[in-house]
Amino acid sequence: MPSRIYECIEKIAEKIKENKDLLTDLDREIGDADHGVNMARGFSAVEEKIPKDDDDIGVVLKKTGMTLLSTVGGASGPLYGTAYMEAGKAAAGKTEITAEDFGAMLGAAIAGIQKRGKAVQGEKTMLDALIPAQEAYLAKVAEGADIVTALDAACDAANKGIEFTKTIRATKGRASYLGDRSIGHQDPGATSATITLETIRDFLKG
Amino acid sequence: MVGLVIVSHSWKIAEGIKDLALEMARNYTGLHCAAGLEDGTIGTDAVRIMEAIQAADSGDGVVVLADLGSGIISAETAIDMLDGSVKVKIADAPIVEGSIIAAVEASIGSDFDKVLAEAEKTREFHKIQ
Repeated sequence: MPSRIYECIEKIAEKIKENKDLLTDLDREIGDADHGVNMARGFSAVEEKIPKDDDDIGVVLKKTGMTLLSTVGGASGPLYGTAYMEAGKAAAGKTEITAEDFGAMLGAAIAGIQKRGKAVQGEKTMLDALIPAQEAYLAKVAEGADIVTALDAACDAANKGIEFTKTIRATKGRASYLGDRSIGHQDPGATSATITLETIRDFLKG
Repeated sequence: MVGLVIVSHSWKIAEGIKDLALEMARNYTGLHCAAGLEDGTIGTDAVRIMEAIQAADSGDGVVVLADLGSGIISAETAIDMLDGSVKVKIADAPIVEGSIIAAVEASIGSDFDKVLAEAEKTREFHKIQ
């Protein structure tokens, strides 16, 4: 069966572009007002460049990551680029993935982001959505849930993670220059990460 | 000869620093810029940084001078992608002063460690006595 990874990436690109203004507005509050613009530019390039006839999930994710590295422009380029490339390594040679495979891919992506950003949970970054999402996902899979059910739990946890980012001050990235003034605003990176997870879930449901 | 790569969000910044550095290191040919995005937009591009490092390397290693934020993260990504194939380090130094000193050092044939160390000394420069 041919893999549907290309369609899935296309959906993510569509959703990121739809949310361009939201992400940029969030970044205007606590950053340099470019997250939405940068991510939309990156995913437009991804739509053009990903191999539409390649079934290997690892190959498509690697190309997606490389494209984001060179076209996003801001720190989210290397962060998301590394995340997609690491997820791709975890899925190398596969044309379909199990719930366990996706857990491994999510884990590899998060480890890549942590290494690249030298960040931990609680610093008002995308990790504040992704780490709780991964924990919720793995807990559901351990109970025997299927990938969509586990992703439902992951998305709930990611959204709670976004709420949590409103309560803390930023210590990484441009928002850290604002100190306590960053409190009260949700993190744009946590938001784009949650949009990504929700899009994957909706794609797999549909 | 040690190579240098100047990484900035802005092509104009990188080119300006290059002009300034080469004024003092006239015959130095190892200086490359990797700045802005391919279309000229402000931003950093890890893939082009990687290519600039490869172009700057003549076997004696490459010192990278970067501006801030994603300039550093993209340069680190580029170095990881090279996977040890080039001896390369990011100088923990201000980009303008570090680039000028590093270009002078590299142009007189100093080795990798010396170029890096001299670039990093610029952190201690006082501008007002």
